[in-house]
Amino acid sequence: MKPKVAFYWCASCGGCEEAVVDLDEELLGVADAVDIVFWPVALDFKEKDVAAMPDGSILASFINGAIRNSHQQEMAELLRAKSLVVVAFGICAQLGGIPGLANLSDAKGILAEVYRDGVTPARRYSENGYSLSLPEFFDTVVALDRVIQVDYYLPGCPPTPNLIRDAVHALLAPELPPKGAVLAPDHALCEQCPRKDSRPEKLLVKEFVRPHQVVADQQTCLLAQGLVCLGPGTRAGCNALCIRGNMPCTGCFGPTSRVRDYGAKALSAIASVIESNDESQIERALEAVPDPVGTFYRYSLPSSMLGRRRME
Amino acid sequence: MSEAGGAVRIGVYICHCGANIAATVDVKSLAASAATMPNVVVWREYKYLCSDSGQDLIRQDIPNQRLNRIVVASCSPHLHEQTFRAAVAAAGLNPFYLQMVNIREHISWVHENRMEATSKAQDLLRAAVRRVARHEALERSRIPIHPDVLVVGGGIAGIHAALTLANAGKHVYLVERQPTIGGHMAQFDKTFPTLDCAACILTPKMSAVKAHQKITLWTYSEVVQVDGYVGSYQVTVKRRTRYVREDLCTGCLECLEACLYQEGRFTDEFNAGLASRKPIYIPFPQAVPQVPVIDPEACIQFKSGKCKKTCIDACGDRHAISFQLEEKTEEIQVGSIIVATGFQVFDARRAPYYGYGVYPDVYTALEVERLVNASGPTAGEVVLRDGRIPKTVGIVHCVGSRDENTNRWCSRVCCMYSLKLAHLIKERTGAEVFNFYIDIRTPGKGFEEFYQKLLNEKVHFIRGRVAEVTDWALDPTEEGKLILRVEDTLAGLVRRIPVDMVVLSVGLEPRSDAQDVCRMFNMTCSGEGFFTERHPKLAPVNTFADGVFLAGCCQGPKDIPDTVAQAGAAAAEALVLIDSGSIETEPNTAYTDEDVCSGCKTCIPLCPYHAITFLEQEKKARINQATCKGCGTCVAACPSGSIRQHLFEDEQIFEEIEGILTYA
Amino acid sequence: MPEVFEPKIVAFFCNWCTYLAADLAGTSRIKHAPNARVIRVMCSGRVDPQFVLDAFAKGADGVLIGGCHPGDCHYQEGNYKALRRVALLRRLLKQMGIEEERFRLEWISAAEGERVKTVINDMVEKLRALGPRVQPVRKEVA
Ligand SMILES: Cc1cc2nc3c(=O)[nH]c(=O)nc-3n(C[C@H](O)[C@H](O)[C@H](O)COP(=O)(O)OP(=O)(O)OC[C@H]3O[C@@H](n4cnc5c(N)ncnc54)[C@H](O)[C@@H]3O)c2cc1C
Ligand code: SF4
Ligand code: SF4
Ligand code: SF4
Ligand code: SF4
Ligand code: FES
Repeated sequence: MKPKVAFYWCASCGGCEEAVVDLDEELLGVADAVDIVFWPVALDFKEKDVAAMPDGSILASFINGAIRNSHQQEMAELLRAKSLVVVAFGICAQLGGIPGLANLSDAKGILAEVYRDGVTPARRYSENGYSLSLPEFFDTVVALDRVIQVDYYLPGCPPTPNLIRDAVHALLAPELPPKGAVLAPDHALCEQCPRKDSRPEKLLVKEFVRPHQVVADQQTCLLAQGLVCLGPGTRAGCNALCIRGNMPCTGCFGPTSRVRDYGAKALSAIASVIESNDESQIERALEAVPDPVGTFYRYSLPSSMLGRRRME
Repeated sequence: MSEAGGAVRIGVYICHCGANIAATVDVKSLAASAATMPNVVVWREYKYLCSDSGQDLIRQDIPNQRLNRIVVASCSPHLHEQTFRAAVAAAGLNPFYLQMVNIREHISWVHENRMEATSKAQDLLRAAVRRVARHEALERSRIPIHPDVLVVGGGIAGIHAALTLANAGKHVYLVERQPTIGGHMAQFDKTFPTLDCAACILTPKMSAVKAHQKITLWTYSEVVQVDGYVGSYQVTVKRRTRYVREDLCTGCLECLEACLYQEGRFTDEFNAGLASRKPIYIPFPQAVPQVPVIDPEACIQFKSGKCKKTCIDACGDRHAISFQLEEKTEEIQVGSIIVATGFQVFDARRAPYYGYGVYPDVYTALEVERLVNASGPTAGEVVLRDGRIPKTVGIVHCVGSRDENTNRWCSRVCCMYSLKLAHLIKERTGAEVFNFYIDIRTPGKGFEEFYQKLLNEKVHFIRGRVAEVTDWALDPTEEGKLILRVEDTLAGLVRRIPVDMVVLSVGLEPRSDAQDVCRMFNMTCSGEGFFTERHPKLAPVNTFADGVFLAGCCQGPKDIPDTVAQAGAAAAEALVLIDSGSIETEPNTAYTDEDVCSGCKTCIPLCPYHAITFLEQEKKARINQATCKGCGTCVAACPSGSIRQHLFEDEQIFEEIEGILTYA
Repeated sequence: MPEVFEPKIVAFFCNWCTYLAADLAGTSRIKHAPNARVIRVMCSGRVDPQFVLDAFAKGADGVLIGGCHPGDCHYQEGNYKALRRVALLRRLLKQMGIEEERFRLEWISAAEGERVKTVINDMVEKLRALGPRVQPVRKEVA
């Protein structure tokens, strides 16, 4: 019997699903070797089909997206029970991702913002004897490992094909990687960056610039051009995709294993290279970072030390 | 022996420090709480842990209880960390398995509420217990000590220190800013309380400096840069030019005679402005070295290029004078440094109510030192600027001392030098002398006796702070006089004392460039600028910069005997360092994990000591363990967490935070 | 529950200036509020923003960083690096709803024992006025 695998999405943009769909033929070869038992985006299996399976009958569940409502939590718990291995697929599942930026607000704030003066959805609704209930919309978005135990992490927004391929191979190999491992190299992106050698030894920045303000040179280290490139603080694995597209790294691979709070460390490094000892000049240099949380926690706010903005 | 292998077993030792700690912190309950903390297997409290018997507790428990981590809750680690590390090492455990908790300076001495103090102590203890579990065995490295010493400042402090070291066979560089050594003492006639002649005791020492094989004397010079660390300091000295070559000048001083200026026309700094000097001069007859200086601000040749240059003719075939000479920079290597830059006197203009600079007959004590000096501008005669001999003199104590509006400290020597000047003025002029004082402070050997002697000499003492000095006469007897208005606090009435001459006993304060000097030598100083000793009692001549020592008034006001004693102590400290050959360094350096460093270079420009280099081949950063001083700046910056720091590992600090906030 | 709210402050003091200033406050018996808990670091430049966030995350009501005055850092310029980081961190904390008064960077030289008192007392007063910090609620693994 072929090993069973499942895919599921929680709070995510669908990019991770897209990434799976886009996998090249080599991987499809792998796909032939497994039996996909659950994948709501592509295949018509139902939640109750999963519920009916014996515990531990799925070899691996790949769950993408953060947890932002009670149904996502229930699904995560269900898949956990049925699977031997759970992989947090993509940075949203790993650290909270972009949906995690909602932690700057709360449930009430978000619903008020989205529905403005319209009708706010009620959790329970009944009419003519039929009743409908919606999952609970949490105040706080959390990463997958806040609700279930996660065995492996696959970072990226989304994880890149070669990373997925390596991960699948690693999981099919006779010896599994150590539990809790992030399935990507444990050094920072600069190591893989084609512009690495152009980064000067004494890199100090007088004023940062934002990507829309300049046409960046194609060869030179972006940070050296004053762009806030977070490559130095971001785990390698993407092979410097964004930089190859002439855009600075925004950190979608999260931190290395030695860093507890991605944003804090990235902030520390960026602030350290400001070339000024004068308070007002420092402020000016930082004008190009108008939104520190959005810049440094773009993909990891829920898993940062503070986790969310203080609730009123 | 018992090392960190196996389970962590922590011993916690809490010191009462007599009542210093125990009176405010409940040491019993603190010990009891230690028992509940993770990995703690031994907990004790003891009266004086730093005593031999206290240390013995630790030394015995380590093998007997198989301890591999020690926490001592007592005073500041700045005081006894070395003591307890040594105790730990004596028991065969690596000394860096120790962590101290500062429950005296940071708790018992600054808090009153016993409950709050004890709960704070618990938090800090918990932090240390958690931290120490993460400690690692570390090795100290040794750095060799370069045997040469730099002495900065050639006052009596610097002179004495330099001679002491040179007599012990060490090579000394003595750097003095002025054209001569001698400092303030060279300006005095007599010194209190013995009234021995200042020149007679100072000038032989000055000549000895010049003559000493082991002393390189650079006057008219200044230290401009200091790099390196204890044992191996690289020092850059800027040597201004006097336009007279020291190696060729024989000191005949014929050039001075030959100068086109027959008389002095320019302010004579050495004589506190009471005399004038020529463009080419020596500060005073016994100056060392005996080499003239040309003041380019005054010299005709420098100003117009049209001088007959009679000085050059007078010098003749010695060819010592040259207008083309330029300043030089010397680079030297030394292992230790003695800072002896002295003091400056309070600027009496900052106390405008005393009329200095307004009334010509108001003098500062330093000016009067020159007036009473046999080799001074008046050959020791006390005459006023208009030639009159004063019949009444008022000496105002504490000018610029003990005063919220100027300087708050007591300058320590003013009472005594005021008495000295009172005696000398009375001796020379027979004048009536009034001393206006707040308190008479005579806490030195022979000082009180000297005061008694002055009382017997019928010098008047009026207790009260002088409110003002004015020339506004209220009756004919005050006409043409300076009137001191003072509340006589003993008599309980406001008095007006008319005098011919007023002497302001100006206080001692840090030199105006003290903050810069402090920075250059990496010392610390008070807000005012007196350099701070490492410990007021236990390390009075050490500073927080290893290998840099203090002597004289740059550390605080003091008299000559104390200055000399301190200079001797500083020399002894330098000798200890040199003769031990090498010193152990604190192993708190940062290091990169080259396996995981991404070569992003963020850290490279952050190190002030250029200790981080980028390995072009490997494309990794590497920290030089000898030049890293362990500030940890790069550690906090490395965005991928690839730099760590011994003794201050991230994990250790996180444990402290956790410990402090566990029951928050 | 105590009558007045006693805020807890985590203080990172550099070894050469502010830690010594706190020692000096001790030897000079300058009494001050017992709310600060000092963690010794060699230089204010060692303070990783992670430490500050961790302290807040674990319930500190305030975080204080103490270093040498500008130009006086024992390591020349570690305090300037601290200044740069604090400037950015302050803005980040604000976005996270942590009031400005809760996070301070102060220059206190080894001679300023008195200032240790002023700064800590002042901070305690301001934190008392703010009241306890509400900890963000976090979901834990079931
Ligand atoms: C009016 C007056 C009267 C006094 N009478 C007595 C007395 O009778 N008996 C007594 O015991 N004490 C007396 N004192 C105190 C006495 O002057 C001091 O104790 C003594 O001079 C201290 O010596 P010092 O070497 O520390 O400082 P200083 O005498 O100030 O010498 C410091 C030297 O360092 C040099 N220097 C400074 N900065 C630098 C630098 N950056 N680089 C190179 N060189 C530098 C200066 O040019 C100077 O030569 C008196 C003080 C005053 C003000
Ligand atoms: S900072 Fe960005 S652009 Fe520069 S080397 Fe690193 S990843 Fe490449
Ligand atoms: S460069 Fe950075 S943001 Fe872009 S894919 Fe790679 S890790 Fe993600
Ligand atoms: S900052 Fe860290 S990752 Fe970057 S070069 Fe330095 S040690 Fe390597
Ligand atoms: S710890 Fe400080 S001195 Fe050492 S390498 Fe890092 S920045 Fe340089
Ligand atoms: S040593 Fe005090 S701030 Fe650097």
